[in-house]
Amino acid sequence: MSAAEDVVTEAPAVEAVPKRAMTLGLGTSLVVLAALCLAPLFVKNFIIFQMTMLLIYALAVLALNILTGGSGQFSLGQSAFYAVGAYTSAILMEHANMNYALTLPIAGVICFAFGFIFGQPALRLSGVYLALATFALATAMPQLLKLGFFEHWTGGVQGLVVTKPDAPFGLPMSQDMWLYYFTLAVSIGIYIASVNLLKSRSGRAFMAIRDNEIAASAMGVDVALYKTLAFGVSAGITGVAGGLGAIAVQFVAPDGYTITLAISLFLGMVVGGVGWLPGSIVGSAFIIFVPNIAEGISKGLSGAVFGVLLFLVIFLVPHGARQVAMIAQGLIAKLKN
Amino acid sequence: MSAICWRLGVTALVLFTATCTGALAEKKYDPGASDTEIKLGNIMPYSGPASAYGVIGKTEEAYFRKINAEGGINGRKISFISYDDGYSPPKAVEQARKLVESDGVLLIFNSLGTPSNVAIQKYMNDKKVPQLFVASGATKWNNPREYPWTMGWQPSYQSEAHIYAKYLIREKPDAKIGVLYQNDDFGKDYLRGLKDGLGAKSSMIVSEQSYETSEPTIDNQIVKLKASGADVFVSIATPKFAAQAIKKIAEFNWKPLQIVASVSSSVGGVMKPAGFENTQGILSAAYDKDGTDPQWDNDPGMKNFAAFLAKYYPEGNKSDGALIFGYGAAQTMVKVLQMCGDDLTRANVMKQAASLKDFVPDTLLSGIKINTSATDFAPIQQLQLMRFKGEKWELFGDIISGEPSH
Repeated sequence: MSAAEDVVTEAPAVEAVPKRAMTLGLGTSLVVLAALCLAPLFVKNFIIFQMTMLLIYALAVLALNILTGGSGQFSLGQSAFYAVGAYTSAILMEHANMNYALTLPIAGVICFAFGFIFGQPALRLSGVYLALATFALATAMPQLLKLGFFEHWTGGVQGLVVTKPDAPFGLPMSQDMWLYYFTLAVSIGIYIASVNLLKSRSGRAFMAIRDNEIAASAMGVDVALYKTLAFGVSAGITGVAGGLGAIAVQFVAPDGYTITLAISLFLGMVVGGVGWLPGSIVGSAFIIFVPNIAEGISKGLSGAVFGVLLFLVIFLVPHGARQVAMIAQGLIAKLKN
Repeated sequence: MSAICWRLGVTALVLFTATCTGALAEKKYDPGASDTEIKLGNIMPYSGPASAYGVIGKTEEAYFRKINAEGGINGRKISFISYDDGYSPPKAVEQARKLVESDGVLLIFNSLGTPSNVAIQKYMNDKKVPQLFVASGATKWNNPREYPWTMGWQPSYQSEAHIYAKYLIREKPDAKIGVLYQNDDFGKDYLRGLKDGLGAKSSMIVSEQSYETSEPTIDNQIVKLKASGADVFVSIATPKFAAQAIKKIAEFNWKPLQIVASVSSSVGGVMKPAGFENTQGILSAAYDKDGTDPQWDNDPGMKNFAAFLAKYYPEGNKSDGALIFGYGAAQTMVKVLQMCGDDLTRANVMKQAASLKDFVPDTLLSGIKINTSATDFAPIQQLQLMRFKGEKWELFGDIISGEPSH
């Protein structure tokens, strides 16, 4: 069997998701948006902080979703991009006294470049091999951040403390609430851009590569360029999420960006539904809140309880939140008739 | 008539005295404290890479259960809310905020790990909620001017390293020191302490070798240290690596004077696995008693500890140093809350925590006392040197204070 046949007969790693099914309808989107805008007015600062983290992880999951759901490439190295973004923001804010909002695009650009470069060797690898290569990146990152060479900027093992921004123009809201709305605005911007990206020519090229690489290249898609581009875009968005995360948590340290984070993000993507962008927020909610619920059930066995809950989700709804949404949609349609 | 007058008079008198004493012992509360309850928060790595330390949280929970069973503190029961952060700083921030804003605790007690505590330090100080008796040996917790709401508990790594430096300068002024250290905050803090302690004589260090916790062996480092011609070996390593180092040194037939960091001085965890024939004459320092050491069998403090374990935490493993640690820290916390009386405000908790005078928890070595003041937020600063002989440590010399003289 030739190598080409080998590739063709291999089942696609990611199930093909039609383009239409990647987003929510306009009505539903507006309801979700309204809920996200109004909710902080009624809850405590701590909940607002959790909601901010929810949006930040949702962005990181979304980035992975573009890579895996869009172009069909796996990555367990998202924590490395997240760390680079977080450190970029933190270093610029603390050492260069830069405005926090300005550090985010820089974090995004640096991570885009980083992801694009990393995408080059990744071209030669696919499926599980690519996942392992990115895994190596994730395990290496915390140690790289501890290197004595960078210590002057990174603070080494002690990390860096970041100052939380106040609301501008003397707006009467708490730091937490301001940061929430700021994060929400950034998230909406990135979400709309991502949806448009996937609907564009480039998006179609990503999906063509995902569904069948050889067919895509036969149709004139520059496979190498689009694969690395997907890596770059994904890393860039993850970097922005990392920067926001550093501002919200007010602290960066190598131990915050271990492989566990990368696996959590991967988990969030699967639970949210691979290739379904709105699922990112559901996946993010899963990785933030379910460990807390598991801890509430049993402190000593929280890991085991989390495992059982995860198993139930994967077993009952293998396509994650997307499947639940489809079922709900079907039920609503039935009620209308 | 006269009876009524008399009664009125008595009532007035009673009312008067009641208001007087009421004014004297006015009850003051911040969130987390009431007539019946004191809420304490805690963050521990019950899961993740440092989960072995989770035992500290379990011991503390058991100790507060004991206090509650014995009637609580001035009639108030302690409710101890302990959350898992998996040793991840962002998670620690989330849990700290949950404790302070959602559970409404009076303070956060003995939260574990340097990175997690650095992550919440700014928040706790902005919120003016005590971050009391931090479970980390980093030196930065003793900074009352910048962080008046944060206080450590155990001797800092730097203090301990100072003691070794003092000892070496005195006993072996021409020593050539080879250092093995773990490449993280613990190892680096320690190394800095050793160099500071040696001061102008820091050139005594002829070789420094670091290792990562992910490395399977440290043979290479030991070979290099031996080749450097060092005659003193300082091991700043966690238990697994410390035991490996002792074994390797014996295998290579190298005979330096060995000093191991107190975190790895456990008889059951390090000395026994390394082989007692290899560990004779090793030096270390201690501030608390070893739960398995028979010399404390008749010590009243350790008898209390054993009784506590038997009744409230029977599944605890006596040879685990984390139990001794958690017990001592919880006892210090109870002492501070008792000193607070009915004024359970956060400000008063910090004030009382900074007024500990010669307090001795059951598990500290005799002679070591907890002292704090408004300018000294390092409760335990003293250690005693010890030498391994036979199958146990023998303390020697005086109790030494390791605080750098500033």
